[in-house]
Amino acid sequence: MSADPTQVLAFETDCHIFDGCGFPSPGLHSFLFDPLWGNGDSNVYFNKTMLLALLGSVVVIGFFWAAFRRPQVVPGKLQMVAETGYDFVRRGIVYETMGKRQGEKYVPLIVSLFFFVWMMNLWSIIPLAQFPVTSVFAYPLVLALLVYVVWVSLTFKKHGFVGALKNFTGYDKSLGAALPVVMLIEAFSNLLVRPFTHAVRLFANMFAGHILIVLFTIASWYLLNGIGIAYAGVSFLMVLVMTVFELFIQALQAYVFVLLACTYIQGALAEHH
Amino acid sequence: MSPLLHIAAEELQNPLVPPIPELVIGLLAFVIVFGFLAKKLLPNINKVLEERREAIEGGIEKAEAAQTEAQSVLEQYKAQLAEARHEAARLRQEAQEQGAALIAEMRAEGQRQREEIIAAGHTQVEADRKAASAALRQDIGKLATDLAGKLVGESLEDHARQSRVIDRFLDQLEEKAEAAR
Repeated sequence: MSADPTQVLAFETDCHIFDGCGFPSPGLHSFLFDPLWGNGDSNVYFNKTMLLALLGSVVVIGFFWAAFRRPQVVPGKLQMVAETGYDFVRRGIVYETMGKRQGEKYVPLIVSLFFFVWMMNLWSIIPLAQFPVTSVFAYPLVLALLVYVVWVSLTFKKHGFVGALKNFTGYDKSLGAALPVVMLIEAFSNLLVRPFTHAVRLFANMFAGHILIVLFTIASWYLLNGIGIAYAGVSFLMVLVMTVFELFIQALQAYVFVLLACTYIQGALAEHH
Repeated sequence: MSPLLHIAAEELQNPLVPPIPELVIGLLAFVIVFGFLAKKLLPNINKVLEERREAIEGGIEKAEAAQTEAQSVLEQYKAQLAEARHEAARLRQEAQEQGAALIAEMRAEGQRQREEIIAAGHTQVEADRKAASAALRQDIGKLATDLAGKLVGESLEDHARQSRVIDRFLDQLEEKAEAAR
């Protein structure tokens, strides 16, 4: 439905500047793939993004399996690396936001979430894959919804029905006449906007990052004609710079995503004040 | 935006409307990861981290015990050393006292012996003097009587008279000597 089925790369390869063809700029079509299997119109299909998502799971599990299957008290190199990552999420994110006693229960969820999201982001710069799974909205959305379900159900469990409603609406008698408005805004913000922004923040960052890398990659190729070759070099340099930058952004966005998840869960567990 | 892309974008669905299959696969992929990590791998590593923490704490406790023991042994040694020093000082003191007592005793003994010897000497001298004096007295008496006999022609062989005369004579001599003094 989007691109030419025979096209493997993200853009037309036979088009250069001064050849009379326009710049094949990247766009939404860069994020859609024809199904590898099944029919795109029937909702029963399998595409590159799904493949990368499942492969990502295998990579994450494989890494931790190799590191933690038979862990040693005196760790090997791989175990040490994995422990460092685990400890970073556990101590640096979960304990920091929720405290050790309260947060311990959510460590597995947050650790899985962090490394899963990071891996999904990392696909962006892994050769041959070169596509961040999280730049397809469905993936950040499903993760954000999962976190949403967790913290909303926790709020009900912890505070009861009325307490949960008060928690969602930021109920505070001292506000007086403004209370209904504030409650409306708070409920809207907490229950509707929050999961959306949680997902969009990750999605938009990875989307934009991918667009930038693809844009400069296409430009490097497109400019490869006549005087354009000099500019192609600059453009390719930008590809390298953006790749390194993305490496940083991928980890940062995974961190932000789980940090927000922790904050939401912590808010659900916190006493009403 | 090129016209071509514009058309393409219109054809494409809204990127914020997620297709169901992708949601399902996304959830599945995450649940698989979560399952493995939460059920198997993280409990594994937690157990080992706990073991390590205990091992480290055990090591620290052991080291602390060793240190305490070393401290107590050191104190014991110090106490023993002090005791030994004290003992040595006491022995030295005792030896000095004993030596001094011995010297004093020996000195006293020497003194006593000296005095004894002197006293014995004096006694001897006195006895000799008395013997000499007695002998002298007899000799002088005999000489004197012999002399007097010769002079007066009278035998003074009668012993009693003889000794009376001698004594009288000697007394007179002694008187004279006292008067001369």
